[in-house]
Amino acid sequence: MKAIKNTLREFLKYPSAIIGIGVILLLLGVSAYALATIPYKEAVRLWRGGEDVWYQNPKYAAPAWFNYFSKVKKPVSFKVNTLDGGIEKTVTVVNEHMDSVDMTYSFDYAYDAPPQEITLYFSTVFDQKLPFASIKWITPDGREIKISNMAVDRKIAFRFSKDEKLQKSLKTERVMDALFYAPDSDSRKVVKGTYQLVITGTTFEDDSDINAEMVLHGDLYGLAGTDKYRRDLMLPMLYGTPIALAFGLVAAVGTTLLTMIIAAIGTWYGGWVDELIQRITEINLVLPFLAILIMVGTFYSRSIWLMLGLTILLSIFGGGIKTYRAIFLQSKEASYIEAARAYGASSGRIIFTYLIPRMIPLLIPSLVSSVPSFVFLEASLAVLGLGDPLLPTWGKVINDASSDGALYRGLYYWVLEPAVLLMFTGLGFAMFGFALDRIFNPRLRDI
Amino acid sequence: MSTESMTAPAQDSTSKKSSSNSSFARIAKYTAVRLVTMAITITIGIYLTILIANMGGYVDTIMRNDIRESTTMAILANPQYRLLGTEEKHELIQKKIATEEKRLGLDQPFAIRSVRYLANGLTLRLGRSLHITSDHGSKEVRLILLERLPATLLMTGVSELMLFFGSILIALPLSRKYGSWFDKLTITLSPTSAAPAWFYGIFLILIFAAILKILPFGGLVDSPPPTNRLDYGLNVLKHLILPVVSVIISSIFISIYGWRTFFLIFSTEDYVEVAKAKGLPSRDVERRYILRPTLPNIITNFALLVIGLWTGFIILETVFVWPGLGITIYRAIGIYDTPVIVGSTIIYAYLLALTVFLLDFIYALVDPRVKVGAGSAQ
Repeated sequence: MKAIKNTLREFLKYPSAIIGIGVILLLLGVSAYALATIPYKEAVRLWRGGEDVWYQNPKYAAPAWFNYFSKVKKPVSFKVNTLDGGIEKTVTVVNEHMDSVDMTYSFDYAYDAPPQEITLYFSTVFDQKLPFASIKWITPDGREIKISNMAVDRKIAFRFSKDEKLQKSLKTERVMDALFYAPDSDSRKVVKGTYQLVITGTTFEDDSDINAEMVLHGDLYGLAGTDKYRRDLMLPMLYGTPIALAFGLVAAVGTTLLTMIIAAIGTWYGGWVDELIQRITEINLVLPFLAILIMVGTFYSRSIWLMLGLTILLSIFGGGIKTYRAIFLQSKEASYIEAARAYGASSGRIIFTYLIPRMIPLLIPSLVSSVPSFVFLEASLAVLGLGDPLLPTWGKVINDASSDGALYRGLYYWVLEPAVLLMFTGLGFAMFGFALDRIFNPRLRDI
Repeated sequence: MSTESMTAPAQDSTSKKSSSNSSFARIAKYTAVRLVTMAITITIGIYLTILIANMGGYVDTIMRNDIRESTTMAILANPQYRLLGTEEKHELIQKKIATEEKRLGLDQPFAIRSVRYLANGLTLRLGRSLHITSDHGSKEVRLILLERLPATLLMTGVSELMLFFGSILIALPLSRKYGSWFDKLTITLSPTSAAPAWFYGIFLILIFAAILKILPFGGLVDSPPPTNRLDYGLNVLKHLILPVVSVIISSIFISIYGWRTFFLIFSTEDYVEVAKAKGLPSRDVERRYILRPTLPNIITNFALLVIGLWTGFIILETVFVWPGLGITIYRAIGIYDTPVIVGSTIIYAYLLALTVFLLDFIYALVDPRVKVGAGSAQ
């Protein structure tokens, strides 16, 4: 108990340890949050779903908080729906069969540029007679613009900019400009204020209904922005955290523990066992680690769990065995081992209850310090295109971004978000491990 | 290595007369033993690689498809067979495929063939690629890889030498002034080495290529390349800056830290105190009593770093579109070009084995306590 207290006090002397553990706790918190709010299947669906899942988002949108740092306010994307009450919807009975469905949505628009596109997604219920909808646009300065009158089929998407009739009536192909810029001058200034979208629907059957969803594609989106498939990058940022931590921690613990056990067995039994382990270590050194991972990834499966297992397998017989072996050779001769032998302890007992536990203080710092390299290994594989095909990971985002030339095109956020998170994770564990090393290995402390 | 070889010099000193004669024999014997072990190691390593690359039957399937395609094409294109009917042509194709498969040994069980692949690999007969061609249009894997090797060696060579000597030069004086703010800065910054070189590469590209636009995004030279030799060299150097800097950033602080710590530990040894007490100038103490005994450790670290960098360069080259071995592997993966992947794996295996092999001799050169072959002579 006192030893732990001393270690703790020792620990608090190192600011890097406190920062490191703070970062690790934060990452663990984010992981817990991500796993609790987004189930595995949902994460895969959101990440791999296809246009059905992502249609609401704009392409290549930077995070919304960019506006705080910019003089020119760019439009932020949003979506509203009648189903969840985002768009006000009132139904009035006209006669026996006819209902009037009024849907109105007002929103403040204070950005300096018109949005990329506004789309209305209608979904209707009817038996034979198609419901009818007329759409109106009211600008803050009171102009009323007729957008469209149309019969609405069961599922229909109405894209403002693509509608030829609307282009004709506005006498321009740039529908968004016509809807948002002040009409009189060439000043190209957005009229700021409350815009109103009024949809008047009419249904002609008893059980007929009409619902609308409005999606505005701006230049900015959410907390993390989107990529070229319109995917919200918040998902890989959040969900990548538990994956990165799991990969790093499992690989680090697995590798360090197994290496130590093998080194202990080798030194304890000596002879051909030791010789064999040393030869395997040499062969393993010759085997190109990354190339083998690449080959397995190419030929068999890119599953992250297979990669994890293979990483552990290939790292067990690494340089660590030699270090541990040298220490075990010394502690093998210690008197407490002799005592254990004298009372007739079995080899297994000596290895697992006497040799290995004594090494734990040495093990922990190197274990913590090795986590970042495994986290980055997972990212490296993803950057090479060998990331897990299903899971959203940080490395995959970097891979998507670099294969799409994000840096050429100035889409820095796309690369920087996962990169900063990786750096954050790497630094957290490295700083913590560094401090632990100095605490557990007092010889380093004075110097 | 440590415990065995440390005790060896004591034995040697008893028979000083015959030492020059016997040491040659001992070195020869040691070299032979070492070479044989290394050869066995490489053989097993490459055999394992071949097993991995073939386990899914991938290479076989690809080769079979290759044969089918080429024989079919050859027969269809041959005017001699134009008059044959479809049935006969089909039969002829099947027959030719069978002979071709027999010629390549595909009718034999895999166990036998894998040994032949191994023999081919060990003698560097790497075969022909499936899709990738060298700049001269050859499909020989050997030529493709040899063509790419200089670019890789340029990048690794420049960055590693700068890293090695830079760290030593900084770490030695630092160990004398430990506790200074520069020392503390190095310690604070050393966790940054947790990130690999390609990672810093991305940041550097972002800053110097995308935002400041003063250095190229990647590649070996501009396109079209300068015709003048001097301009060409300068242009390559310009392209070399970012990859080299990212390698250095990713390793410099941890290696300075590691070496400074080594120097410090060794500078508290008794013999250093004795040397100081004798009144030797501090430069002599530094060089003869601190640097000398720490060299084997430094070189081991360095060798491990080199080995790590060799594998790490696959990604760095990909990020910087550097036309070296690494990016060739990456391209080969993209189009399932197995012979190129296996071929470059074999080259890597040889390079790594060579490094490991040479390490022993370098130890003996820099550390008088280590005698080549002393360990095995016991």
